[in-house]
Amino acid sequence: MEKTMKKQSGFLTNYSQLLIPLIAVALLVIFNLIRDPSFFSVGIAANNNGFPVLQGNLISILNGASELVILSMGMTLVTAASGGQDISVGALAAIAGSVFVKVLKSGPITGWSVIGGFVLCCIVAMIFGAFNGTLVACFRIQPMIATLILFTCGRSVAYWINGGATPTVESPIITAIGSFIPGIPIPTPILIVVVTGVIFALIFRFTNLGLYIQTVGINQGAARLNGINSVWIKLLAFIILGACCSIAGMINVSRLSLINHETILINIEMDAILAVAIGGNSLGGGKFRMVGSIIGAYAIQMLTITLYAMKVPSTDVKAYKAIVIIILVVMGSPVVKEKFGRFWSNMKRHRQRTGSLAGKEAQS
Amino acid sequence: MKKLIGLLLTLAMVMTMAMVAFADGEAIKVGVVNNPPSESGYREANVNDFINVFSEENGYDAGFYYSIKNDEQLSAARQFITDGVDYLLISAAETTGWDSVLKDAQEAGIGVFLFDRMIECDPELFEAAVVSDMAMEGETAVNWLLDQKLDEYNIIHIQGAMGSDAQLGRTGALDAQFEAGTMKKVVQQTATWDEAEAKKIVESVINSKEPFNVIYAENDGMAKGAVAALDEAGITHGVDKDVIVMGFDCNKWALRELLAGNWNYDGQCSPFQAQVISDMIQKLEAGEEIEGLNDMKQIISVEKGFDAREITEDDIATYGLGE
Repeated sequence: MEKTMKKQSGFLTNYSQLLIPLIAVALLVIFNLIRDPSFFSVGIAANNNGFPVLQGNLISILNGASELVILSMGMTLVTAASGGQDISVGALAAIAGSVFVKVLKSGPITGWSVIGGFVLCCIVAMIFGAFNGTLVACFRIQPMIATLILFTCGRSVAYWINGGATPTVESPIITAIGSFIPGIPIPTPILIVVVTGVIFALIFRFTNLGLYIQTVGINQGAARLNGINSVWIKLLAFIILGACCSIAGMINVSRLSLINHETILINIEMDAILAVAIGGNSLGGGKFRMVGSIIGAYAIQMLTITLYAMKVPSTDVKAYKAIVIIILVVMGSPVVKEKFGRFWSNMKRHRQRTGSLAGKEAQS
Repeated sequence: MKKLIGLLLTLAMVMTMAMVAFADGEAIKVGVVNNPPSESGYREANVNDFINVFSEENGYDAGFYYSIKNDEQLSAARQFITDGVDYLLISAAETTGWDSVLKDAQEAGIGVFLFDRMIECDPELFEAAVVSDMAMEGETAVNWLLDQKLDEYNIIHIQGAMGSDAQLGRTGALDAQFEAGTMKKVVQQTATWDEAEAKKIVESVINSKEPFNVIYAENDGMAKGAVAALDEAGITHGVDKDVIVMGFDCNKWALRELLAGNWNYDGQCSPFQAQVISDMIQKLEAGEEIEGLNDMKQIISVEKGFDAREITEDDIATYGLGE
C-alpha cells in the first residue's frame, strides 16, 4: 500500500516538472500562430536531387535542434550525477567532428569508412569524456572548472587534428547523414535523435542506471553505503556525454560536409545547460527527467527560429533571446512555483466553498 | 658503407658551397614577425606566402616568428634587431606599443615594413605599409552585383560576427545600397560565421515564402550553409539559375564551386603581400625610391573578386586558400 502511494506521488511530481517546458513550448506556439497562422504548416517538395522531402518551419525546428537535443540528453545525466555542468561539450564535439573528418579524408569515402570514422570519433570523445569524468569523480574538482580545461583547449586540439581552415568532405553518404536519405522525406538528423532517444529509453527501462545516477546525485554517502560505486557512476555519466558529443559532432559535420573548428557548435554548451534548466531539472543534481531537457531543447530552437522569422535585427537577437529566457527561468523558479501553487489551491478551496454554498442554497 | 660515406661527404661539400655562396653577402637578411597560421585560413595563406617569397632561391635569408601576443612579438622583433637583420617585416597583434622597438630599428639602420595591419606610430618610423581596405572588398563585391543588371535585387544578407573587421567591411557597401533603395533587404541576420546557423536563416526565409534572388554571405562557410538550404528546398542556384550565391575568402573548395557554376561570386581580402614588399626591398637595395605610397605611407592591396563565368583552374591554384 505504502509502496503504491510513493509511486503515485513520484509520478505526479515528475509530471508537474514537465509543466514549465511544456508551457514554454505552448507560449511560443501560440505566439507564432497569432503572428502567422501558417507558421507550422508542413509541405512536401522535391529537393535538387529530385527526391520528395518535407519542408516547413516545424521541420526546420525539429531538424535544427538535433545536436542540441542529443547534447542536452547527456548533459542531463552529468548534471544529475555530479551536480555540475560540462561546459566543454562544444569543444569536444569539435574534436569528435575533426576525428570523423580525418578518417574520411584518409581514403575514399565508403559506407565502411563512415562507420569506422564514427566509431573512432566516438571512442576519442568517450576518452575525453572519461578525462573530464576522472577530474570530477576522482579528484573531486568542480565540474565547471574541470571541464574548463577542455573548453579552453578543445578547439585548438581540433585544429591540430586536421590543420587548415575549413576541411571539406564531399560524398553522397555524408549528405545522406546530414540532410536526407534518398527516398525518405524526413531529415536524417531527426531520425538519429529518435534512435538516440530510444536507446536511452531502453537503457533506463532495462538497467538501474537512472536510479543509480539519481541516488549518487542526491546523496553520495548513502549511495556508497548501499553499494553503489559513485565514482564509477559519475565517470559513466561523463563518458555517455562524450558519446553524445560525438553524435552531435558527426551530424553537424555532415550537414554541410565541412568542419570549421572555430564555429562548429559554438556556444552550444550554454544552450544545453539552459535546456536542462528549462526542463525543470535541478542544476544541483539529483532527480532528473530527460524528457524535460528534450522539450527544453526544442523550445530553445523554436525561439531561435521565431526570432529569425520575425526578422529581428542581427544586433538585437541576443537581447530578445535573453528576455524570453529570463521569463522562462523566473517562471520555473521555486518562489514563483510556490506562490503559483498556493494561489491555485486557494482558488480551488474558494471554488469548493462557493460550490458547496450554492449547493446548500439549491437544497433549501 | 663506402658509398654512404661518399654520399655524406658530397652532401657536406654541397652544404659548404651553399654557405660560402651566402657568405658572399648576396642574401638579404629579413626578420618576419607574424600571427600564427592556426589563427585562420587567411593567416595560413599569408604565412605560406611569406615563406615562399622570402626563400633562399629568391636571395633571402629569412627568420620567422609567430605569436598572437603583442609582448612576445615585441621581444622577437628586438631579437631580430640584435641579430642584425637588414629588414624587419611586421604584422602586429596589437596596434600600440611598438614605438621604442621601431626607433631602435631605425637607429640600427633597419628598414621596417608593416603588412596586413597598421601600427599607431609616426610614419617616419617605417618604410611602407601594405594593408587591406576592408570596405573596398565589400564595394568590389557590390559593384559586381550591380553589374549583373538584375531586374530586381531581393537579398538575403548573412553577416559574420558583429563588429569584426571583416563583417563591418563586407556589410558597409551593401547597407549603402539598401539605404539608397537600389536593392531590397529580404533579411539581414548574423550567423556569427557559423555555417549551420546560416542554413537555418535561409530555411526560415524559404518557409516564409518571401521571394529572393541573391544570397550575400560574408564568408564561404556561411554561403555553403545557405546553398545547403536551397538544395533541400529544390531551389536552383549559380550561373544562370534562380538564385545568385556570393561568398568571401576564396577557399579552394569554394572556388571549385564557382568553377562548377554552383556559385556566382567569391571575394577575397588578399593575404598575399609578400611579393609587393619584396619588390620594394629590391628597389631600396638598388638605391631607388619607393613609389606609389599614399600620405599614410600605405599601399592598399588589390582586392580580388572572382566571377564564376571567368574563373580558371590556374586562379584556384594561385589564389585559393587551404587545400
